[in-house]
Amino acid sequence: MSLISAENIHKDYQIGDICVKALKNINFGIEPSSFVSFVGPSGSGKTTLLNLIGCLDKPTSGKLKVAGTDVINLNRKQSALFRGKTIGFIFQDFNLIPVLTVYENIEYPLLMVEVIPPNDRKKRVNELLEAVGMVDQKDKYPDQISGGQKQRVAVARALVTNPRLVLADEPTANLDRKTAYIVINLMKRLRDEFKTTFIFSTHDQKIVGEVDVLYTLEDGELKSAEVKGGGKKNA
Amino acid sequence: MRNLFKIAVRNLMRYKRRTLLTISLITIGVVFVLVFISISGSFKNMMIGQITDSLVGHIQVHRKGYLAATENMPLDLNLKFSEFKQLENTLNKQSEIEAYSPRIKLGGMLSNFVATSNISLIAVYPDMEFKTLPLLPSKIINGEKNFNRGEIIIPQLLAEGMNIKAGNVVVVVATNNDGSVNGKQFKVAGIVERLFGPSGRNGYIHIEDAAELLRMEEIEVNEVAIRLKNFDMLNPINQKLEKLLSKELSQQGKPLFEVHTWEKLTPFYTISRMIDVMTFFIKLMLTAIVLISIMNVMIMAVYERIREIGTIAAIGTLPGKILSMFIIEGLCLGVAGVAIGNIMGMLIIFIINSLRFTFNFGMVTGLLLSAKIHPADLLSISVTVIIVSIIASLEPAFKASKMEPIKALRHI
Repeated sequence: MSLISAENIHKDYQIGDICVKALKNINFGIEPSSFVSFVGPSGSGKTTLLNLIGCLDKPTSGKLKVAGTDVINLNRKQSALFRGKTIGFIFQDFNLIPVLTVYENIEYPLLMVEVIPPNDRKKRVNELLEAVGMVDQKDKYPDQISGGQKQRVAVARALVTNPRLVLADEPTANLDRKTAYIVINLMKRLRDEFKTTFIFSTHDQKIVGEVDVLYTLEDGELKSAEVKGGGKKNA
Repeated sequence: MRNLFKIAVRNLMRYKRRTLLTISLITIGVVFVLVFISISGSFKNMMIGQITDSLVGHIQVHRKGYLAATENMPLDLNLKFSEFKQLENTLNKQSEIEAYSPRIKLGGMLSNFVATSNISLIAVYPDMEFKTLPLLPSKIINGEKNFNRGEIIIPQLLAEGMNIKAGNVVVVVATNNDGSVNGKQFKVAGIVERLFGPSGRNGYIHIEDAAELLRMEEIEVNEVAIRLKNFDMLNPINQKLEKLLSKELSQQGKPLFEVHTWEKLTPFYTISRMIDVMTFFIKLMLTAIVLISIMNVMIMAVYERIREIGTIAAIGTLPGKILSMFIIEGLCLGVAGVAIGNIMGMLIIFIINSLRFTFNFGMVTGLLLSAKIHPADLLSISVTVIIVSIIASLEPAFKASKMEPIKALRHI
């Protein structure tokens, strides 16, 4: 059973009198524990699609199921709860909370989203600090660490609630080549370790070369779906 | 909740100067209100003390209808001896009453055999009157601080106008209830000063002399002034007396007595009310300061952290928690301002009292300014500031909690 299934997804934006068709008849399915990327030029609809999968936005029409839940019919509060339990987010600009330390940033979703006993929380945060190699930086604030380290913290934060899906919008866009590879390999290793599905929007070739499935978007349409290691998926 | 407070405090510390300025503004407001309340309260209490302890007492009881006609000092509205005994019996049973003084207020003519003038007399038992009005002896500025039968205390205005001195002999002529005129000779025991200078025509004689002058067969009184053990219990005891005395009926079956607190008996109550109104407006200003300063800071905080709000909303923070986060920030500002303000306010009040400032009230000079703040005032100001802080944070906090994460994340 697919972790995500999208059928005939359309997303229109009204800008003044003009109707912008951001996504047109999108159909795809994503399996659990996969490493997937949506690629395409700017304005092709990658971020819009990720926002729909992440329950941050709703399609104009179509059917979208994430982890067996029809996310289109969720209200604001249900969406927030669903995101907190099922989805982790990694942002291009890291979006760490500046007033919290590395440790506290990773801990944040466990405090605000889930109710977990303190000992379990500590264990989980330390486990992820170790997994992303930030144990020795745990008491530093975001402005005291490098971009690559920030993104590693963001990865740990995204994974701390044990989500089934992590969405990453241009996660390596603000990183140098070497750091980008480290972060991608880290995410891949964590996918293997935690069986979490990672979905990226990117036009970074470094990521493109590492993914299992590559979807190409152009002008809001899904042009191709390529399974790495051979074959093509129906787009 | 602990974590929400931790995040709120850290967010406030992010902009230290702005936070410090806002807290300073609230602190200044709180200090100003505390000092104003303590000084105005001290002045008000002193003023009430002077008036009640040297003029009117805390409560007065009259025959029903007397107060409306008090300017004419009517003798036909006197309480008969039996009626006064009835009242005295009730008053004696009240443990909250420290002292009471029966009075006959009458008008007459005063002559020193050279000049004649009209005079208002308060006829009393001196010992009872002095217990009820303990500051009255200090107002007798010339002669004896007491008087006996056959003696009179002359008001300063008449003494100066008619050149009367202690030890002189004067004659008082008065009209009794039947309309006949009687006279009696008195020795001047002393000169009484009015609270607000040489005005007024109130003198004092012994109640038994008044009864003789008015040819009363039995002593009748038209006023009973009462002093309470605890002035703070004024209203409950007034209500209690009203209830008790309302059962006492005249021969016509109507209520016999009327009971009034000092507030109904002197125009200075208006000044006291004005002080209360000023205090209210000062508190209102404090409320406005807190409201505007915190609302301003919180609006800025929300505007500056839109992307951050988007992030925490995206990762699943419920709108209610985002709301709480910002309300707690405002609350922390208010609590910090009120805590520092209370400490500084108390310190300033302590310094004012240590410097022993004095001031004058009417003819009374050298009154010591004794600034005091009641714990109830401290509590009410603190609670007001804290509630206003929460109210001021509500609008920005609602705005933050209702933000669409997708729009917030796009904010530059």
